[in-house]
Amino acid sequence: MTSQQDIPLFEEVVNEFDQRAGELSREESKGLRTARQAAFEKFRALGFPSIKHEDWKYTNINKFLKEEYALEAGKTATPAELLDRATIPGLDCYQIVLVNGVWDGQVIGGPLPKGIEILRVADAVRDSRFASYFEDAKWGNQHFANLNTALFTDGLFINLTGAVTEKPVHIAHLYVGDRNLMLQPRHMWVCKPNSELSIVETVVSQAGELKIWSNSLTDIIINRDARLDHVQIQEASSGLRMVNHTTVHQKKQSLYNNYTFTMPGAELVRNDLQARLEEDHTETHLYGLYLAAGSQLVDNHTLVDHQQPHCYSNELYKGVLLEQSTGVFNGKVYVHQDAQKTNAFQQNNNLVISKKATIDSKPELEIYADDVKCSHGSTVGQFSEEALFYLRARGLGEATAKALLINAFAFDVTEKLKNPAVENHVNQLISYHIPVNHA
Amino acid sequence: MLIIKNLHAQVEGKQILKGLNLTVNAGEVHAIMGPNGAGKSSLASVLAGRENYEVTEGEVIFEGKDLLEMNPETRAREGVFLAFQYPIEIPGVSNINFLKTALGEIRAYRNLPALDAKEFLQLSREKQKLVEFDAKLVNRSLNEGFSGGEKKRNEIFQLAMLEPSLSILDETDSGLDIDALRIVSKGVNKLRSEKNAFIIITHYQRLLEYIVPDFVHVLYDGRIVKSGTKELALELEEKGYDWLKEKESATV
Repeated sequence: MTSQQDIPLFEEVVNEFDQRAGELSREESKGLRTARQAAFEKFRALGFPSIKHEDWKYTNINKFLKEEYALEAGKTATPAELLDRATIPGLDCYQIVLVNGVWDGQVIGGPLPKGIEILRVADAVRDSRFASYFEDAKWGNQHFANLNTALFTDGLFINLTGAVTEKPVHIAHLYVGDRNLMLQPRHMWVCKPNSELSIVETVVSQAGELKIWSNSLTDIIINRDARLDHVQIQEASSGLRMVNHTTVHQKKQSLYNNYTFTMPGAELVRNDLQARLEEDHTETHLYGLYLAAGSQLVDNHTLVDHQQPHCYSNELYKGVLLEQSTGVFNGKVYVHQDAQKTNAFQQNNNLVISKKATIDSKPELEIYADDVKCSHGSTVGQFSEEALFYLRARGLGEATAKALLINAFAFDVTEKLKNPAVENHVNQLISYHIPVNHA
Repeated sequence: MLIIKNLHAQVEGKQILKGLNLTVNAGEVHAIMGPNGAGKSSLASVLAGRENYEVTEGEVIFEGKDLLEMNPETRAREGVFLAFQYPIEIPGVSNINFLKTALGEIRAYRNLPALDAKEFLQLSREKQKLVEFDAKLVNRSLNEGFSGGEKKRNEIFQLAMLEPSLSILDETDSGLDIDALRIVSKGVNKLRSEKNAFIIITHYQRLLEYIVPDFVHVLYDGRIVKSGTKELALELEEKGYDWLKEKESATV
């Protein structure tokens, strides 16, 4: 194990916590302070992960940990160009802009309708109605989720009490700075029984030399008969290191759809997506598309945790690996003994375009119930020479033909998007990011 | 239009074409017949520019230009069209968008203005009608889930849309029932003109009852061993291809 003493960032976060424990948390509930302390102790014992940890076996973050980061962001102006990049053309929505994980309280396209309330997490933790949502340290041995719990200061709290269906909430995450930063955005979304919402997130960051490490944690509770559609489009620039944890707690007959798109750019993207099916008759769809280029490392770790009977989950992740990029897919499906009549399906397909690109694909099924239907599949392939020849024989140039084939490969995922403006945007991004000569 | 001289080609080190000569003029329909393994489909592949075929000798001049120097897309843009024996299914690529892209690239190459959406739609409708191609199939993914006959009809629809000067039909009749054969042939006959030419590769005489060729060639062991008019096809139908082998062994 890499000694944490070799990582300056480790010492820095430890000092930061000790320092904050004195000042900042005085306004916070006792429960939160206890949770922070527990999470911090856990993190201090675990340290940052290395490839010796099973969950990080294929994702070496050593070189990113060696960089220096400040733990507090100063005030930075929001470049209009960046907001422009984070905006989805033609999307009618309530737009919320987070700069380095902090919301200014403004809703573009608002006001928000009845049935939805959005607060800054900095306020929600002090609000007696909501403070308890932040009071458990339930992250086990997950390094970054513990770190986030120990150090987070702000993020987005959503309290959904009704069906908000006329337009989606678009959350634009912008990362900017004048020095290297490590940030801990913390989001908590609570969907009350029978509520319904569609959330679209886009992530962009300042181009150039700047390095920002975003260790974000999103905790979602979907109560009985509630439905949440959740799209995330990650299109950050190379300097962003993105460790992005999302846990979803699903209650009886709830529906959760997740669509995660990762475009070329950010050198490190690690998505941990965990669906905890805590009550029966839930439905979960996880769709992912990663298009990796340059020396990018894109890692999607998903977990579908079938705890109760009669739940349905379906997962489809597709990857296109260009240039020297590395992709990791780890899809765990855990079916508890009580979770009879589970339907759980998983598929991961990869198109490796370049000889220098790598993919590690690992389906992981643990099934302890005996009356279940589960399947998984994983493929890695190259362009079909025959398809390429067919298209060229009709007059399409090689680059156009390849772009068309990549779009076609991605189609199974993009077609699942329900909003035409979002689907169109994702297709545009795919076309834009396919370099002419990427082999 | 097309002059093939002493064409030798090999695939994976195996010599397939062994000195093939053929001249095709505008307005002509040439049928190429021959037994399995004679090199019929290889000829189609070499003309379309399939990469695993290596030309070792000879030349192919298309409208005054060296065809063998061109990559597959340039050949298509210059006006060569291969109707595939086994059209490939590409899920996720919409038939019509694919054609729009292809036509766009071909027109740009020929310095023709791009068609706007309305013009393209109009052209597409007109050609669908001409070759009796089902409008439902036009908007589906390219050949995905199409029957054998539908795939071949789609090839003819593409041919109609792209208006090549030289069309090579590689065993378009294989796997077609009689109705599909009739529709495909009718489409081809409507597209025949003074300005374009067809090379029809087939194993059977059946297709030539519908598309009447000006010339029939017999391809055997990588060479054209006999040429004639449409009566030759009937003779082949009657006698089969065995006499070629006898002739071959007699000369050895």
